[in-house]
Amino acid sequence: METVYKVMDTLLPFPIFSMQFMKNALLALLLLTPLLALFGTMAVNQRMAFFSDALGHSALAGAGLGMLLGIGSLQVSLIVFGLLWALLISQINRKGGASADTNISVFSSTGIAMGLVLLSQSGSFSKYSSLLVGDVLAIAPGDLLWLLVSLALGLLCWLLLFNHLLLSAVNPQLAQSRGVKTRLVEDAFVCLVAIAVMLSIRWVGVLLINALLILPAAAARNISRSTPQHALFSVLISLLSGVIGLIAAYHLGTSVGAAVVLCAAAFYVLSLLARRVLHIAT
Amino acid sequence: MQASDEINHSCGLCHIELQDVSVRLDNETLLSDVSLHIHCGELTVLVGPNGGGKTTLLRAMLRQVPFEGKILHLDEHGKPFSTMRTGYVPQQLHFDKQMPLTVRDLLSSALSKRPVWTGIGAKTRQQVLEALALAQAEALIDKRLGALSGGELQRVLLALALTPTPDLLILDEPVSGVDHNGQALFLDTVSALRRQKHLAILMVSHDWVLVQEYADQVALIDRTVLYVGSASEVFGSAAFATAFPHTHGTGKAS
Repeated sequence: METVYKVMDTLLPFPIFSMQFMKNALLALLLLTPLLALFGTMAVNQRMAFFSDALGHSALAGAGLGMLLGIGSLQVSLIVFGLLWALLISQINRKGGASADTNISVFSSTGIAMGLVLLSQSGSFSKYSSLLVGDVLAIAPGDLLWLLVSLALGLLCWLLLFNHLLLSAVNPQLAQSRGVKTRLVEDAFVCLVAIAVMLSIRWVGVLLINALLILPAAAARNISRSTPQHALFSVLISLLSGVIGLIAAYHLGTSVGAAVVLCAAAFYVLSLLARRVLHIAT
Repeated sequence: MQASDEINHSCGLCHIELQDVSVRLDNETLLSDVSLHIHCGELTVLVGPNGGGKTTLLRAMLRQVPFEGKILHLDEHGKPFSTMRTGYVPQQLHFDKQMPLTVRDLLSSALSKRPVWTGIGAKTRQQVLEALALAQAEALIDKRLGALSGGELQRVLLALALTPTPDLLILDEPVSGVDHNGQALFLDTVSALRRQKHLAILMVSHDWVLVQEYADQVALIDRTVLYVGSASEVFGSAAFATAFPHTHGTGKAS
């Protein structure tokens, strides 16, 4: 870790990054945002923005159940519950009945309510309220290692899964006719999103996590014609938002997560303008 | 059923044989005991009323719905091949027209292992161009999928279905909603390919004029096979008159 800090001191000789917690926060954002941005391209194409929102909200229920069952690690409870919740939502969406947005809304509010009931039971909600907004400045070097490992694994899965996922997103029957196991691929994708969201939620917070998944990809979609462009712009926008947001939050003395999301939102507005001016849609 | 007798005897080519194919879903019988020979190098057209199970039969052949009976791919001696590769062109593909996705992206996601978001190599681009050439669609390679006309989209999907070369090509009303020019271009391309590549082609169509012009064999289907023969034979049959009571003679709708 010392070596990493030394390299950063050489590359970034600014007083703002002289403090270790700022270095850690920067590293965390550089690891988190591109993975979420890549997954986001597909989440936007598959119209899953509302789904991932519900998934983020379920983190409260995950934390609550983890506490109830006496699971020591908050991160483990979040991931396990997130995976179950994600698979459950997509299973019920497949079975039909109510429309997808209704199903997801039910799951979203159920997740929040379960979490609040469990977490406020012993009057200890304040201990968990940091989950709502997250705090990337509190990240420790050990957590960074986790993020690095998950970025590597997430990228690996993304390399293996992507083409089949893209075909399924265009049209499931067409994908099936080419031997793609569409259900398996879609389930794998919601699991990947669940893991990425749950790994990031302690640092970004339940309220804002979905923005990091959706906003960069949505902005990039406005200015992209092709799939490689979509991925590239999404990652660039997410990295820029991360860095600019961190610096802005430092100077304004405000929440990092919120500042990053506002930056991404600004990019979204710019992308809408650029789409108009450059006639990218054709 | 003279033509059908002729086809049922060995014609010296490989063919795809459906033996008593039945599909039941939730206790409802959608198809029962469908038996049909689809020969290589020939265009077989399925006709029949809506809800008569044409699309269900296609989905069974694509192994997308469970079925009873057998679907075999047989060589010229009647021995089954171990595999049957199927190409499929869906009816009016439903997809998100705003998606940032070019024709090249779609084809390389199906033809190459390299994840499309990391970019597309020169070799894959060449492969994609070769595939598109089969359907006279090379010029469309860098167009956005959502910006294609109906006929262009169907030719791109045909190119995809033809790569790698299938044993059976399935076309589900491929030119409904395509303008006249596009229809002729699509069907002329398919017609030429059936001989060149020895493809067995199975197409669903409601356009009797096109069926008359292009079909080698027509099968009338309503829950089961009602009649098999040449287009003229099927259109002139009593079964056809019963299935389409408002259509007379060779199929001009009244």
